[in-house]
Amino acid sequence: MEKKKETRATEAIRRLKYNKSATFGLAILIILILCAIFANVIAPNNPIPSPPDLANKLKPGFWSAEGLKGKPLGTDALGRCVLSRIIYGTRVSLSAGFVAVGIAMILGITFGIIAGYFGGWVDAVIMRFVDIMFAFPALLLAIVIVTIIGQGLSKAMIAIGIVYTPQMARIIRSSVLYIKEMEYIEVQTALGSRNLRIIFRHVLPNSVAPVIVYGTLMLATAILDCAALGFLGLGAQPPTPEWGAMLSKSYSYIVSGAWWVATFPGIAILFSVLGLNLLGDGLRDILDPRLKT
Amino acid sequence: MKWYITKRLLMLVPVLLGVSILSFALIQLAPGDPAITMAGEHASVQTINAIREKYGLDKPLTTQYWIWLKRVLHGDMGRSIVSNEYVTKEILHRFPNTVELTFFAMAIAILVGSFAGIISASRQYSILDYSTMGVALFGVSMPVFWLGIMLMMIFGVFLRWLPISGRIDSLIPFKRITGFYLLDSIITGNIPAFISTIRYLILPSIALGTIPMATIARVTRSSMLEVLRQDFIRTERAKGLSERLVIYKHAARNAMLPVITVIGLNFGLLLAGAILTETVFSWPGIGRYVINAVRMRDYPAVQGCVLFFAFMFVIVNLITDILYVFIDPRIKYK
Repeated sequence: MEKKKETRATEAIRRLKYNKSATFGLAILIILILCAIFANVIAPNNPIPSPPDLANKLKPGFWSAEGLKGKPLGTDALGRCVLSRIIYGTRVSLSAGFVAVGIAMILGITFGIIAGYFGGWVDAVIMRFVDIMFAFPALLLAIVIVTIIGQGLSKAMIAIGIVYTPQMARIIRSSVLYIKEMEYIEVQTALGSRNLRIIFRHVLPNSVAPVIVYGTLMLATAILDCAALGFLGLGAQPPTPEWGAMLSKSYSYIVSGAWWVATFPGIAILFSVLGLNLLGDGLRDILDPRLKT
Repeated sequence: MKWYITKRLLMLVPVLLGVSILSFALIQLAPGDPAITMAGEHASVQTINAIREKYGLDKPLTTQYWIWLKRVLHGDMGRSIVSNEYVTKEILHRFPNTVELTFFAMAIAILVGSFAGIISASRQYSILDYSTMGVALFGVSMPVFWLGIMLMMIFGVFLRWLPISGRIDSLIPFKRITGFYLLDSIITGNIPAFISTIRYLILPSIALGTIPMATIARVTRSSMLEVLRQDFIRTERAKGLSERLVIYKHAARNAMLPVITVIGLNFGLLLAGAILTETVFSWPGIGRYVINAVRMRDYPAVQGCVLFFAFMFVIVNLITDILYVFIDPRIKYK
């Protein structure tokens, strides 16, 4: 059993190497994780210097003769180094994404397995609730939850996690329904294994593929939605270096010609989401050909 | 067919009920006394007591829900704390703006997206295919608010081609009839207003339409590739039909089914995107209204918008499902 699992994993890695776009996506993810972990080493400056260096506010970066030395991407309205804030922002966005997806996974897997495995009225109740949650556009639901539980980065993570739960529950449920019909599960039932044992030993391990695939794709949208909440002023609050929040007053920057303040944080979001989408698509092709559309 | 539509309509009942309960719960779950939540923090004792009386807030929750639901069904979603206007009125006043924006965004998305997908599929593995799909990949990964900011910066601030915020040039006299600016300017024969409205629409619509455009392009491509592999296409070609006719008439028509589903599914994204796009471009629609309401803690307005958004979303999904059966009659036999 253990050996078979290992070969499956190594096979997946081997096939990932041949999928160029997925490799590219994985490379971006690794870079992001490294940036997040070593932000204090890589970043040239303090992302939240106090007191703010107002004398050097909205200065351009390396492309201009007026640029400051040691602040390659220029400075924002409070004279803070844009590059350093983006690098520290990786920490914020990535951890927000992981926490949100983690919440969605824990809740979604629990509800999905209960619904799929037990069926009947339990399934009906859970799935109707999922339908109701799906009646709200995801971002709107997140905004509503933030309105109730309060604003801020940690609240935004929780809100996004809750919003993504029904999606995860639905995916897990359908995968459980598929596995449940397999003969070896029937054998387990016939042998008298208990429900919990069947779920943890057989159903759950076989749902890993869709969880990884959709978890990766969800991470991409979670980063996007978290940035959107930050942009709207409902997520990360200043002075936290968060990509979305960094863009929230961009109107005034672009009018004053400071295009770099409004441009680079968006590029950071774009590439993170792009990388995760590529990786997710690639993993889907490799791990679960059934899901290929 | 009738049976399918009836069944689909019946399925709406629990969802709408759930949506209403969730929206109702918004005020109940908000921290503090619901009467103060609805009246605003600075309301007088009389106002608070009047609201408590009006909504039966001293009665059990189920009673409160029924009182509230009855009012909502009569079109009364309470008064905004900020403006003291009826929320329904505030929403309906802004609704045409959001409709016009989303309509244009969707039109751009469908036209450009499906065309790009068809072109890509008919020249699979060409440079054109790779570059179109590359652009589409960027399109689906782009934060809509950032794209809006970039468009605003390039075409509004640097090139000065297009206006960057608002709905219409305030110097142009404009008479509001339906609230749909394009329609109103046509009715009144107001050509400057029409042109101005279009100019103000372009950037927000492109920003909002890009993500669905990219998704539609990707789905159209894969769906076209599947259709192009089928036998009847080979027959068409063997018959000597021109490639153009084969692709645009026979293949494209059959490839559009999944595209319609995607269009329906994207509507939710479009509504969420409208919240962000309207905020970026100061577009006076419901999306911007709900964000301002959240910021001002105008709970009745938030509640009204949420209910309204969810209702629209549910209705659009219903229309998509029904449309699907009309286009693909095989479904009803399931």
